[in-house]
Amino acid sequence: MNPTPAIDYQQQRFTYQPCLEQTRPADAAVHPVVVIGAGPVGLVTAIDLARQGIRVVLVDEDDTLSSGSRAICFAKRTLDIFDRIGCGQRMVDKGVGWNRGKVFLREEAIYEFDLLPECGHARPAFINLQQYYVEGYLLEQARQHSLIELRWKSRVSAIAHHADHEALTVETPEGSYLLKARYVVAADGSRSPLRKMMGLESVGHTFRDRFLIADVKMAAPFPAERWFWFDPPFHPNQSVLLHRQPDDVWRIDFQLGWDADPVLERTPERVIPRVQALLGKDAQFTLEWVSVYTFSCVRMDRFRHGRVLFVGDAAHCVSPFGARGANSGIQDAENLAWKLAFVLQGKAPDSLLDSYASEREFAADENLLNSTRSTDFITPKSAVSRCFRDAVLALAHEHAFARRLVNSGRLSLPATLHGSLLSSADSAPFHGAMQAGAPCTDAPVLTDTIPGWLLPHLGDQFVAMIFAPPASLSAALLPALVRLTEGGLPLRLLFVSGAQASAEDHTVLSALGDGAVQVQDIEGLVAQRYDGQPHTCYLIRPDQHVCARWRTVDAAALAQALQRATGHEPAAQPAPVPDAACYLCMT
Amino acid sequence: MSLNTAPNLARPDDFYEALIEMHRGLDDATSQDVNARLILLLANHIGGHEVLIEAMQRARAGVDPAVSTALAEAA
Repeated sequence: MNPTPAIDYQQQRFTYQPCLEQTRPADAAVHPVVVIGAGPVGLVTAIDLARQGIRVVLVDEDDTLSSGSRAICFAKRTLDIFDRIGCGQRMVDKGVGWNRGKVFLREEAIYEFDLLPECGHARPAFINLQQYYVEGYLLEQARQHSLIELRWKSRVSAIAHHADHEALTVETPEGSYLLKARYVVAADGSRSPLRKMMGLESVGHTFRDRFLIADVKMAAPFPAERWFWFDPPFHPNQSVLLHRQPDDVWRIDFQLGWDADPVLERTPERVIPRVQALLGKDAQFTLEWVSVYTFSCVRMDRFRHGRVLFVGDAAHCVSPFGARGANSGIQDAENLAWKLAFVLQGKAPDSLLDSYASEREFAADENLLNSTRSTDFITPKSAVSRCFRDAVLALAHEHAFARRLVNSGRLSLPATLHGSLLSSADSAPFHGAMQAGAPCTDAPVLTDTIPGWLLPHLGDQFVAMIFAPPASLSAALLPALVRLTEGGLPLRLLFVSGAQASAEDHTVLSALGDGAVQVQDIEGLVAQRYDGQPHTCYLIRPDQHVCARWRTVDAAALAQALQRATGHEPAAQPAPVPDAACYLCMT
Repeated sequence: MSLNTAPNLARPDDFYEALIEMHRGLDDATSQDVNARLILLLANHIGGHEVLIEAMQRARAGVDPAVSTALAEAA
């Protein structure tokens, strides 16, 4: 299935090459964007910028990809983003897809969940895939873009702010040089050197607990599900988490407690008996990776500092329960990329970048809230917290209500960007989840009788999704729609209809220009999930979030919402933010 | 609905005796555990978030005003 033979991404080394700044400094100009850090978030940022037509320099301090066991769970929303940037299928082909999880108390399964209970989605709720594969595939994708210049062994050691650019000092094996950029994206990880250079902090709290990660290679009979144990007989009084990864590798997280010795606990003499206790004395396995870690829930106060934008772990960190680290970082990347492109291309004011910060700070708070709650349950901070946790677990045997309180991680869902200044308020009642700020959900469609999915038709430009066959639009509306598709803020038209496109539809589509497309809502799921009635119209952002919707197709309203969505016009009334409890509808 | 603090117990003296009796023979740690289970069972029975938060505020009132304020915000 894989287009390339198996590559050991952990062993790959990349060649440092001197750049223009070093060889012909006189010719070096100010770059539009420099991205620091070639991890998953930096790579997605670079690819997404290149897709928008922006030239990117991506610098990384070493010459390798990730190694060992780091991010492993990639959520549906992330897979949708990988699809959009062109490498989703490789990830899914290699990854282990899963939708279900089980929570055990001692030996009994007390709680099960299905994260994708409905049909009609291209992608599963999650795949498990080692971070080095994700980075490897993203890197190969990045290399197909001539607009991306990768610079290995290039460590940023200083930053100087100027009125119209940032000047980065970059250290290389051949000495240092100055790298200038209009905007800098800091994707340099949880310890973000750039954040420290700028005297900024990421604050919150660190949990007093230690966890052992053991990746073991074995043939095992467990299904591809997330299994979490509280107080199992093989590891009493602590928790254990089991995930299946590709290549017959299983990731096991053992909770150790704060007093555990991190050096001693990672020795094979200590690890092997713990794994044997889980798998049985005779189990055949090899240790692929062992580490002991603690974790924090922290974030920067602001993700934007002038021309520097912080993304991913550099901006915010969560505990691993809930898979909200890499997944939220990749959502940061796609939120930022189109906005940076619009600003650099003169299609939007610089203030559009403020919405990156406010939207993703909001999303980070949601992730931190969920992650902190899970961690407080798994690692109670006080005697009384422990007492209630144990009481919940004790009651969970018998009582369904207590099972609902058991929190082994509320798994990553993309944030609905409530209160975004880029959104326009509804002017008519709508049902369902696809409110302004929501990430678009998928559904099956037919295009010229070929089965496919809705999300690829949304692409990465602004789209007006109209629930009507093109021939049903009034003739007077067509010139106004054509003007929108040809304007300074180009808009693509997507028609969703229950029936197949007619000859009249094709005539109108060709009059509307090359970008106009009609799809058939073959199972009625697009209309159902978007509450699409005849002539309902959605405006969708390049990052596939809803920004406005109407019950009629109104070119003037579309134009106005497009202005607002690109930061040209402040929203009169941002939508109210619901209280935190509403976010926790999952599991 | 707000928290009912008017007399509402069907058999107040019997209730109180049963509450104390529930802990008979238990050490403090086990009593804590039983109390926690009781709170969870009763909270689920009540269900309404605002009522539960108001009860927490009343329980905490006077011990630490800052926490009462935080609870009010959580409502």
